[in-house]
Amino acid sequence: MALQELTYRDALRKALADAMTENPDVVILGEEVGRYGGAYGVTKDLIKEFGAERVIDTPISEPAIVGAAVGAAMTGLRPVAELMYVDFIGMTMDQLANQAAKIRYMFGGQIGVPMVLRTQGGTGRSAGAQHSQSLEAYVMHTPGLRLAMPATVADAYHLLRMALTKPDPVVFIEHKALYTMKESVDLDAEPLDWGKAAVRREGRDLVIVTYSRQLHYCLEAARTLSARGIEATVIDIRTLNPLDFDTIRAHVERTGRAMVVSEGVMTAGVAAELSARITEECFDFLEDPVVRVAGEDIPISVSTALEAGSVPGPQLIADTALRMLAGRVPA
Amino acid sequence: MYEADLRATAGQTMAGRVGAGANTRLPELYRTMRRIRTFEERVGELFVRGQSAGSMLHLSIGEESAAAGVCAHLRDGDSFTTHHRGHGIFLARGADPARMMAEIGGKEAGYCHGKGGSMHIADMGLGHLGANAIVGGGIPAVVGAGLSARHHKTGAVSVAFFGDGATGQGILYESMNMAALWGLPCVFVCINNQYGMGTNIAQATANPNLHERAAAFGLAAETVDGLDVEAVAEAAERLVEGARAGKPAFLAVSCYRFYGHARKDKSPYRDPVEEEAGRRQDPVAFARAALIDRGLESESELDRLDTEIGSEMDATIDFTVAQTEPPLASMFRDVYAPEEPEPEPVRARIDRVLARD
Ligand SMILES: Cc1ncc(C[n+]2csc(CCOP(=O)(O)OP(=O)(O)O)c2C)c(N)n1
Ligand SMILES: [Mg+2]
Repeated sequence: MALQELTYRDALRKALADAMTENPDVVILGEEVGRYGGAYGVTKDLIKEFGAERVIDTPISEPAIVGAAVGAAMTGLRPVAELMYVDFIGMTMDQLANQAAKIRYMFGGQIGVPMVLRTQGGTGRSAGAQHSQSLEAYVMHTPGLRLAMPATVADAYHLLRMALTKPDPVVFIEHKALYTMKESVDLDAEPLDWGKAAVRREGRDLVIVTYSRQLHYCLEAARTLSARGIEATVIDIRTLNPLDFDTIRAHVERTGRAMVVSEGVMTAGVAAELSARITEECFDFLEDPVVRVAGEDIPISVSTALEAGSVPGPQLIADTALRMLAGRVPA
Repeated sequence: MYEADLRATAGQTMAGRVGAGANTRLPELYRTMRRIRTFEERVGELFVRGQSAGSMLHLSIGEESAAAGVCAHLRDGDSFTTHHRGHGIFLARGADPARMMAEIGGKEAGYCHGKGGSMHIADMGLGHLGANAIVGGGIPAVVGAGLSARHHKTGAVSVAFFGDGATGQGILYESMNMAALWGLPCVFVCINNQYGMGTNIAQATANPNLHERAAAFGLAAETVDGLDVEAVAEAAERLVEGARAGKPAFLAVSCYRFYGHARKDKSPYRDPVEEEAGRRQDPVAFARAALIDRGLESESELDRLDTEIGSEMDATIDFTVAQTEPPLASMFRDVYAPEEPEPEPVRARIDRVLARD
């Protein structure tokens, strides 16, 4: 019942530590997760607390890391595999999409694969084309995989704890620009349910649907808009699968306008899916087309200027909303 | 373990070595290694001055002999790929250090116009098929280049440079197997600096005799001590020429990563005693001492050379700082071929949606 200042990184680490304390079958495996403490420090010192048999440093062998987690999950362990960057997910796609995602179904429901694949993505570090992508659409496009992407410190903790209770494989994608974000949180407070979207702000004029780091850009844009007399509702979907469309629908029906914001590339991305769904299911309530504000359909450059220009920011979000509502608010 | 792997040669020189003096390429190898060392030191400076694009800069200090020794036996028309620690290899193949530094600074004047950066420098003109930020990602391309060379009868070889960490990747073994099966002109050079980030090679494999794996696939395979650039060059000559004749090869160069993995890593996972011993395995200092010892160069001549190289590399920083960022619109360029339409900017798409009445 106590408020504490935690970073997103601390919260993730605490979720892992608490889960490992509660359940002796939880093991972590990945590159540099043990002695090094994780490339982004999330697993720092867990090896001291839980030992090298539960916090397992692996060779640089992504397909086998994920595949070993699949087998471990099928035989009584609760593995948390770590991919240092989501950009490496392609290397593991067979183990993830053909094995983890399909085992329950192909084998007629005999067994599930209760594993968590933790990784991180996104821009913000001049890490270049192969270390800056937002590849959640690959996962969302694969039936059988669950997908969580925390935007806040409290969610970093709770979504990871909940992911570790789920019967099916969960891909858990953190954002590299959020690790040092601090919040005052009460981790004993009742969390939102798994699969439930969080309405981070309510306003009458439009709904902005988003997740991960873009939540913070959307909230910043919403403050700018508020100063201009436009009130936005901001929905953080938190889990992309399962997707809480009921919450989105209720707010779109109320406001009649929707914008979808994602860092991933625009074409055939998560924003495309959300936009299609809102258009199909809320058509009669929409005053305007659903607008996507998403990443450019290009790779990410190492140049800081090009990198920042490749993904949405608060200004583009606010400008777009202003234009959607042009004529409806005092200039 | 590292200790057992390297001959304890710190402070020794190669005086009395067979063939010393006549026809030696040591002065040239030294110059190449010194240029690499100094360039990497300047990369560190660029970062400290806040002028680099990010901090994911991997210095090859301590492993200069692999770049210099192997590249000494490459010719025009040969090709190669590198890993993320590839500045030195590219310099040894004739790169312009100013354009490299500008790329590391994310500037328009860089080799890849600020799109690639330190981990993605490439220059097709010099046969550099690309540096890679995916561990092992550049390895199979040399198999393809080997097929090309065979098809076009060019006599070219293609060399994959990668770290010990990449020996954990299955794609290395798939690639070596194909190269051996088809007798392709490919060379696989593993720069074994003992570490993949914080993981010592002994913590990543039960059998650190890496060349044995390549031998099992049917490649000519050797391990050489990277302290001695001449030994590296000799092994490379044998293996590269063998590959040209259709016997693909693997060469592991044992060395030590002098500094952290990237610029922000202080290597807290390494024992300071080990680090000190590792840094004494200095191929640049070793070659310098050998040059003097054998009377090939005087100390003052080498001092002059080092100073000259220092000025050359200082200029790369001045050049980089003076360069401009790539223009924003350039981000849509080169996703596809120049004659193809560029991807439409998100803003333009939004404009069209909102223009509707
Ligand atoms: C596929 C993949 N996995 C992990 C990483 C993260 N990573 C970057 S460098 C590195 C260590 C590589 O070690 P090694 O191959 O020995 O090269 P070195 O850094 O020692 O030159 C790791 C794990 C990556 N870039 N790509
Ligand atoms: Mg290494």
